[in-house]
Amino acid sequence: MSNETTTSSKSTRIRKEYFIAYMMVAPTIIGLIILNIVPFFKTIWMSFSKSALFGAWEFAGLKNYIDMFQSSEFWKATLNTLEFLILTVPIGIALSLILAGLLNAKIRGKTVFRAIYFLPMVVAPAAVAMVWKWMYNTEFGIINTVLRAVGLPTNNWLTNPSTVLLSVAVVAIWSAVGYDAILLLSGLQAIPLSYYDAARVDGAGGFKQFIYITLPLLSPTTFFVLIMRCMASLKVFDLIYMMVEDSNPAIQSARPLLGMFYRQSFEVGNKGYASAIVLWVFFIISIFTLLQFIGQKKWVNYDI
Amino acid sequence: MDIQYRKLSVGTIFIYLLLILGSILMIFPFVWMVFTSLKTLPETMQIPPTFFPKDFRNFKAYKDALYSLPFLRLYLNTGLLILLRIFLAVTTSSAAAYAFAKMEFPGKNILFMIVLTQLMLPSQIFIIPQYQMITKLNASNSMFALVFPGLVSAFGTFFLRQAYMGIPNELIDAAKLDGCNAFQTFYKVALPLTKTSMSALAVFTALFAYSDLMWPLIVNTDKNMLTLASGLSTLRGQYTTNYPTLMAGSVLAMFPMVILYLIFQKQFIQGIALTGTKS
Repeated sequence: MSNETTTSSKSTRIRKEYFIAYMMVAPTIIGLIILNIVPFFKTIWMSFSKSALFGAWEFAGLKNYIDMFQSSEFWKATLNTLEFLILTVPIGIALSLILAGLLNAKIRGKTVFRAIYFLPMVVAPAAVAMVWKWMYNTEFGIINTVLRAVGLPTNNWLTNPSTVLLSVAVVAIWSAVGYDAILLLSGLQAIPLSYYDAARVDGAGGFKQFIYITLPLLSPTTFFVLIMRCMASLKVFDLIYMMVEDSNPAIQSARPLLGMFYRQSFEVGNKGYASAIVLWVFFIISIFTLLQFIGQKKWVNYDI
Repeated sequence: MDIQYRKLSVGTIFIYLLLILGSILMIFPFVWMVFTSLKTLPETMQIPPTFFPKDFRNFKAYKDALYSLPFLRLYLNTGLLILLRIFLAVTTSSAAAYAFAKMEFPGKNILFMIVLTQLMLPSQIFIIPQYQMITKLNASNSMFALVFPGLVSAFGTFFLRQAYMGIPNELIDAAKLDGCNAFQTFYKVALPLTKTSMSALAVFTALFAYSDLMWPLIVNTDKNMLTLASGLSTLRGQYTTNYPTLMAGSVLAMFPMVILYLIFQKQFIQGIALTGTKS
């Protein structure tokens, strides 16, 4: 009898716990289903449809994808996106590694330097884009002015199809280098100093220590920064949208996939086609991430 | 230690030189932004160009920017958007994160898969259907529309779950023995222990909401309902090459966040480093 009451009170208690748990996850889960899960499937569905009259939609099979893969503008946008990644990621990571190393040295004023390099992160990319666009200005921009003053050739940075992406890439690197360096710095500071002491006893110099201790032990953080940077580059929109407007003669050489997605969905109004483009972006990101997770086994060292 | 600091070796001087040179490169665009905003239009098109503005008290460009965009509303909109997003992300994510980290219930793994799925997808994948929902609800040009995609946060849930997993189970069990039910244990015992993570999430959410461009650009087109970021984009369309005005707009858009950053520098950098490395 008494045994029975304890089990039944135990089960009501467990049920009550379940109830509390469900109540606690409910807002997030319901929100995510409405805001993200349903929209995800809707985007997939729209990519196989076309809009008909009066806001109705009808099934269009693979039409959007066929149009997309036959469009030279689409392939150009894909190429632009990949080129932007190649221009920003390797140099960006190299510079952040160097900066993290410098900030890790025994120097004064570290917090001041850290704050300065981090500054672009707290300024909206829209504002950053604006001032760089002005500095890149062909006739009156400060960059060409300086080049002219020292006798170097000037360039119309943002309107020349062969330099437009490079120019934006410089801004992207400039914006992210401090942030990435701070992430890498926290990885550097996690490396036990005793490793370096041991290496010094063995007669290894600074450069050898960097190659044999710092780089391998920092590799998990570097890997994380690399993945994050690749994703950000593949999803670039703000900077290019603000710096290269539709009337710019170099727009075709700069517009990234998400720029084309934005244009097709909200300016042209071709939402089915735009859905196919954004799914393609997702596909590319997945491939990249997958390749990096396979490739990491060769260079990322998880056993400290 | 002391001696190392006092003796400036060639290597240390070289490090300082590089860092100072880099700092100049980081700060210069902002200086240039402010200087240009104080120049007149002819001054910016002078050859040879001048470095300093002729008159440091020339605020005409600011007047123009304030005239074409209701900046007070933009500050209000952006500020409210940030506060609401932080409040929603921190409250809903804390509750869900605790349940996922410290409670057992049927279907837990499947529900957590929903969180992970959202995290793996680029946010632009949801944007057209989200926009259609806003149109269907007739909610364009409203605060609700701005906040909408951030009503809940998969990232926040994932991030805070890590924080709760770091709390020892003994502490949770002790609270239960003291007679707390599951919710009280969460609210009174566990939640206060995640303060650092919550403020990191707040910083992350604030910066994201402040920088985001695509969403505010499409849902709110009424001048009075823009954010600072989408407002700048409107200004760019209006004053294509009037750089003093564009720079004045940029200064107006960036200075509140820069001031907050200068005051809460440590929290900003810690928050960003924490959200970065823990995810």
